[in-house]
Amino acid sequence: MYLAKIHVTLKPSVLDPQGVAVGAALRHMGYKEVAGLRQGKYLELRLEDKGLTLEKAKARVEQMCAKLLANTQIERYEFSLKKAPKA
Amino acid sequence: MRFAVLEFPGSNCDHDCMHALGTVMRQKAELVWHERDRLPAGTDCVVVPGGFSYGDYLRCGAVARFSPVMKAVFEHARRGGLVWGICNGFQILAESHLVPGVLLRNKHLRFLCQDVYVRVERRDSAFTSAAREGQVLRLPIAHGEGNYFCEPDTLKRLQDHRQIVLRYCDAGGEASEESNPNGALENIAGVLNAQGNVLGMMPHPERVSEAILGGTDGRVLFESALQALTTR
Repeated sequence: MYLAKIHVTLKPSVLDPQGVAVGAALRHMGYKEVAGLRQGKYLELRLEDKGLTLEKAKARVEQMCAKLLANTQIERYEFSLKKAPKA
Repeated sequence: MRFAVLEFPGSNCDHDCMHALGTVMRQKAELVWHERDRLPAGTDCVVVPGGFSYGDYLRCGAVARFSPVMKAVFEHARRGGLVWGICNGFQILAESHLVPGVLLRNKHLRFLCQDVYVRVERRDSAFTSAAREGQVLRLPIAHGEGNYFCEPDTLKRLQDHRQIVLRYCDAGGEASEESNPNGALENIAGVLNAQGNVLGMMPHPERVSEAILGGTDGRVLFESALQALTTR
């Protein structure tokens, strides 16, 4: 089994009103040091490893991110991929 | 004329579109379930209605874009057939890259359910030929993610090819920040693809197609599409 841990975040050029609102809430709570907050998504993806090299799996996850998991017009993604025990 | 109104799990304006097209405009309209892999024979125009397809999971429209029926829609669009996405339909078309750009969360984070004014930016399109020059339409919006965004080079292309077809404005037709309900770039409420046969728009013309429902301004767009299809 492989486990991919994927982070999808808005590009810096795209306004994140949710992140702004959550950051403002933290400041209102007294955390005056909060200088900024960007909200994103975290996905865990498990892959069958039968007949799939780590290299190939990486390429597949890359495709999945580009085609569906992120909209690359507004978002960036990064991921790690490791062998993992069966869930 | 034959209209195909797509239905995804979570569509909720499909029957409004059927009513506007079938009962009000007296056209042949058929609901098409998203798992079908082809459109009804002789389909002239595909309508992608509003709603919350797949519960807006991941991003609005992102999952619906991979439904089997969309392959047939891409083929229909490629051949020059009309495709018309309304609200969530616009989001689906944007995720499909049938129209440029994306719809982000509304600037002030609120779901907006209200009437807005939009200005018709060009009359020489398949969806606006029945409008008067610069006509201002009063149409309802109902969305949480209608904040149109695209990269600067895409915006330049939209402007160069006159793809911006509807802009949010005030009752007098002035497009300003105050008349922009959701923060959309350049007050964009509706865009065409480069070929002009695919339209994505956030307001709901199907909800104002007869006086008893509070207005008839939406009819202008339906009448335009019929004109375009009749003169093809």
